[in-house]
Parts: sequence; C-alpha cells; structure tokens
Amino acid sequence: MPPAPLAVRGLRKRYDDVVAVDGLDLEIAPGECFGLLGPNGAGKTTTIEICEGLNEPDEGEVTVLGLNWKDHERELRQRLGVQLQETQLSDKLTVLETVRLFRSFYRTGNDIGDVIARVQLDEKANARVGKLSGGQKQRLALAIAIVSNPDLLFLDEPTTGLDPQSRRHLWDLINDIKATGRTTVLTTHYMDEAEVLCDRVAIVDHGKVIALGTPRQLIMSLGAEHVVEFACPDGAPALPVDALRALTGVTDARTVNGGYELKVAELHRAVPALLAMLAERGLEMAHLTTHSATLEDVFVALTGRHLRDE
Amino acid sequence: MSEARQFSSLRELSAVRVREFLREPEAVFWTFMFPVLLSVGLGIAFRNKPADVTPVGVVRDAGTDAVVAALTASKELKVTVVPTLDSALAAMRNGALALVVVRRADGGVEYRFDDTRPDARLAHLIVDDAVQRGAGRADPVATHDSLVRAAGSRYIDFVIPGLLGMNIMGGSIWGVGFAIVDMRRKRLLKRLVATPMSRGEFLASFVASRLTVLLIEVLFVLGFAYIALGVPQRGSLVQLGAVTLLSAFAFGALGILIASRARTIEGAQGLMNAAMVPMWVLSGVFFSSERFPALFQPFIRMLPLTATNDALRATMLRGDGWGMVAPQMAVLAVWTVVCGWTALKLFRWR
Repeated sequence: MPPAPLAVRGLRKRYDDVVAVDGLDLEIAPGECFGLLGPNGAGKTTTIEICEGLNEPDEGEVTVLGLNWKDHERELRQRLGVQLQETQLSDKLTVLETVRLFRSFYRTGNDIGDVIARVQLDEKANARVGKLSGGQKQRLALAIAIVSNPDLLFLDEPTTGLDPQSRRHLWDLINDIKATGRTTVLTTHYMDEAEVLCDRVAIVDHGKVIALGTPRQLIMSLGAEHVVEFACPDGAPALPVDALRALTGVTDARTVNGGYELKVAELHRAVPALLAMLAERGLEMAHLTTHSATLEDVFVALTGRHLRDE
Repeated sequence: MSEARQFSSLRELSAVRVREFLREPEAVFWTFMFPVLLSVGLGIAFRNKPADVTPVGVVRDAGTDAVVAALTASKELKVTVVPTLDSALAAMRNGALALVVVRRADGGVEYRFDDTRPDARLAHLIVDDAVQRGAGRADPVATHDSLVRAAGSRYIDFVIPGLLGMNIMGGSIWGVGFAIVDMRRKRLLKRLVATPMSRGEFLASFVASRLTVLLIEVLFVLGFAYIALGVPQRGSLVQLGAVTLLSAFAFGALGILIASRARTIEGAQGLMNAAMVPMWVLSGVFFSSERFPALFQPFIRMLPLTATNDALRATMLRGDGWGMVAPQMAVLAVWTVVCGWTALKLFRWR
C-alpha cells in the first residue's frame, strides 16, 4: 500500500502569545481533495505551511508522501505543488514568462502551453501579469502550482477576495484538476467552497480539528439535511409542536418568533405531510422557506459562532 | 527527462531580472543618462582653457610707467593700475589681485602679497622676472620652453574613472537591494523557496543580470568619455573589463548582503546609505583618497570602491598591467566571497 500522501500527528505551533496550532492530527488518502475549513485565525495557514515545509512546528510529526522535511527537502520540493496566500507575482513579466520561470525549477513537468490552456489563460499568455484581473492572477497562481505535475497539491485560500463569478470559474478548474486523480489539500473559510470541492473536510477551530468527514456526513450529523421555516397568519390557533415532530420526514420541530422551524431529513415527504396537516385543520400559511443544511450550520452547531464574523 | 536541459533556471532567473529592469523605463533612463549628464557637466566645467593669466596691481605713482610697461609686456600677467594703496590691498583681499606692486622712495619696488596663496607666489616670480628684465637684466643661461599638455592628467581624467566606480556601486546596490526587498514584501521570495529553486542560483541571477546592464552602462560612459572628452584608455581593454566585472561582483554581493534581512524599502535604504555614503567621501571619487591621514589609508584601501577606483585609474590613465592592479583585484574578490557567503547564511527567505 502506498504511504498516505500526508499524515500529521500531534502538531503544535505557538507564536509569541498565541497558540496557532494546538495538537492537530490529519491523515489524507491518495487521490482525495481534502479541505481545512475554519474561520480566519483558526490555524489553517500555519498548518498548511508546516506541511509545505515553509514553517517549523514546535511539536508533532509531518509525513509527506512517506518522507519528512528534515531529510528529504530536495525531493519533496520537486514533488509538491504549492499556492500560497497573498503572493504577488512580478507585474512586469508576462503570463508565459512567469510559467516558464517556475517550470525551470523542476526536473520534470507539464508542457507550459498545456498548463496555460488548462487554466484558460491562453488568450492572456503574452499579457503582463500587472494587467490581469484578480481572478486571472489567481488562475496564474494555480498554473504555476501545477506546472511540475505535482504528486500533491496545496492550495491556501484559492478564491479569497474574488467575485462570485471568478470563484465559480476557479472551482471548475480545480474540479478538473481533481478529476485527474491528484491529491489536493486546500484551506478555505468559505463553506460553499468546501462543499463544492472537497471529498473530505476537517473543520478547524482554535488550532484543533473539531469535526472530520465528508461534507455530507458532517451535515448529516446535524440529524437533518434541510431546514423548513413557516408561519401561519396572525390569530390562527397554535399548532402542537409534538404533532409537527411526528410528521413524516421531520426529525425535530420548535417554535421561533411566532413561526415554526422544522429540521427535515426528507424534504419531499415532509412538505406534503405538513400541507396535508394544515389543510385538515383549515389553516393557511403566511410564508414558507426551506434551505439545505450547510457546513455553516455544522460550524454554528459546534461552536455557536459563524465562520465569517463580519 | 530530456526536457530538463531545455530549462536552465539560472538562465531563466537572470533573463527575468533583465526583462524586469528593461520594462521600467525610468530606471533605464537614469541608469544610462545620469552618468552621461554628469560627465557632460564636468566636461563643461573642466574644458580645455588657455593658460590662466595672473592679475596684479600697480599703485599709481609718478615713476611707475616703466614698471607698468615691463609688466604689460608679459603675456602671463594682467596689469591693473590702482589709484591708492588701500584700494589695491582691498582688491587683493577679495581675490581680484594676486599681488600689488608699490614704488619705494629709494627707487626700488616693493611686492605686497600673501605667501600662503599659490597664485600670489606664482605672481611674485613672474612679476619679479618681468621687472628685472625690463630693467635690463640678461640671463646667463639660454633656455627654451617646450609645452606638453597631455590628456590623462586633467581633472576630468581623474574624475571619470571615479564616476564609473561610483556608478557600478550605486547601480549594483540599489538595483539588487530594492528588487530583493520588493520580492520579500510581495511574498514572492516565499513562493520561490516553495519550489526546488537553488537559492545560490537565485542570488547569482541578480549578479548575472547586473552584468548585462553594466556592460551597456560602462560602454556608454567610457565611450562618451573617450570620444567627447578625450579621456585616455591606455591599458588593455581585457583588464578594464576584468576590473569592472570583479567590481560588479563585489558590489552585487554587497547589495544582496544589505538586502538579506530588511523587510521594508525604507529599512533597506538606510543600510544602503550607511554603506555607500562613507565610500563616496573616502574612496576617491571626486578627490584623491590620499588626502586623508596616513593612519586611515590601510582601511580606505580595503574599501571596495577605493579598490575599484584605483584599479580603473591605473588601467585607464597609467596603462598599468595586471601585476599593478592585482592587490585591488584581490580586495574585490575577498568582498565578493565574504559578502556572498554571509548573505546566503543570513538571508531571510520569508
């Protein structure tokens, strides 16, 4: 069996007065896209930079592709692809020159033209980096991360600061790269990004992993995939919460601000059952909303805080 | 694997540095035009003039006509007849006259002058000679003057190699230092060390790219000096190239060392000035470093700019051979190795 692409045990790192990483364990399987999801300051970047050999842990063990940084730095650098947060590539070089420069550091790698095409910058190949939009710069950063055809790819906050359209474009590209079976580790504080891209997610808070699993498993752990909120017109008789909870497909129910909130496992059964119950009692609905439970709901359920406190 | 040879990272890194430089039009302009403008200015200030005439005054008196006639006959003097002794002395104090001639009651003449002023001593010799000849003195030995005005001993000849040395130093330290600090600030250094890039090659690329720019710069300045100002190039061009090259290595390494820790442009700038200002003063750019006391001379000779300037002057003005510039070349080589090695050890890559 090949070694795990990345295994981290008991990782700790403290800066002057802050503990950034506080006993963190991870094990990543070949070919998966693994996400570290957490709010800013959770220790994601410190963790990923220790894994990339750019930062030293105070304690703990990191094994990358079965090797360690102390003895095999040269080989590891050849085999990893890295995208860092906030790197500003030289504005005066063109896209092509930038990719060629990074390609020159590796013994083997992909064809430069192919890589540029892969991130859909072919039309911008001879444009200066300084003239690119934020999304195009991020795509270039992705291009230089994959130019060596790496065995393991690290992406640190790949879409932070981009507009929604550019983010979606980048997700498509990362999904394409994933489809080639490359093991990828990414950090993000966007729950939708983790849901779209990651096979497995570790939710990180205060330097620790507080939940681990596929996005679906994590959401399922809430005991419901959907949340239904509704209310009846003012003056209508109250509905018994026990009766709501007994409806088909509903796992939990409670009253909220004069309305009702249902946690629902099977939306397609719960909604007809709810409508039937209201019809039976001759009641109408004043409003009805449903949303799928998200990793955000998981984070809130675990910490009582939102991922992005703004 | 055959692809590996297609991509030399030292070549790519150096090419990238040269491109970045050439795509900054202001930097290009100042690198090439500044030394030329400076040379033009100096050329105008120190252009070839006819030999100076020395201004002397004669106090008006009944019997001064013969003296005035004798002095006026000399081409080296400009004679002014002054009405009173007081006004003559006032003119001497403000430098308008170098010497004043006063007729004495006994029929002789008196010279009033300041013997600490070189022009006054010169005036004394010329005036006395003219006065004595005018009175009929004959020279016992027949003499003949042959004038030799050699290029190579003018101030402009002295200062051009100094400017060249100063330019190599400034270009290397500013060019290399700012580029490195900027890359550190943009976190590009950190991105580069996340690749298998050789750190030594990265630093070497700064020096290599400087050489390309330097070649153009040196040809520009020396070409102008040679053609427009007639500054001589007496030694071998290969030796001149070698001195320039080694000097660029030494200052490139020093630039990297200065930038090895700084996180901000401002911080780096302070260090650069601390390194360069003393050398501008001590290393004989505009005046000879021999003017400093003997006690400081061994220290001054160890400075890279002194070594550069001395070797450039020896090669260009005196036509000295390799043996004569060997000590300076050794000083530059030591600076290159020590700064380069220390920079690699101290360098902050994040």
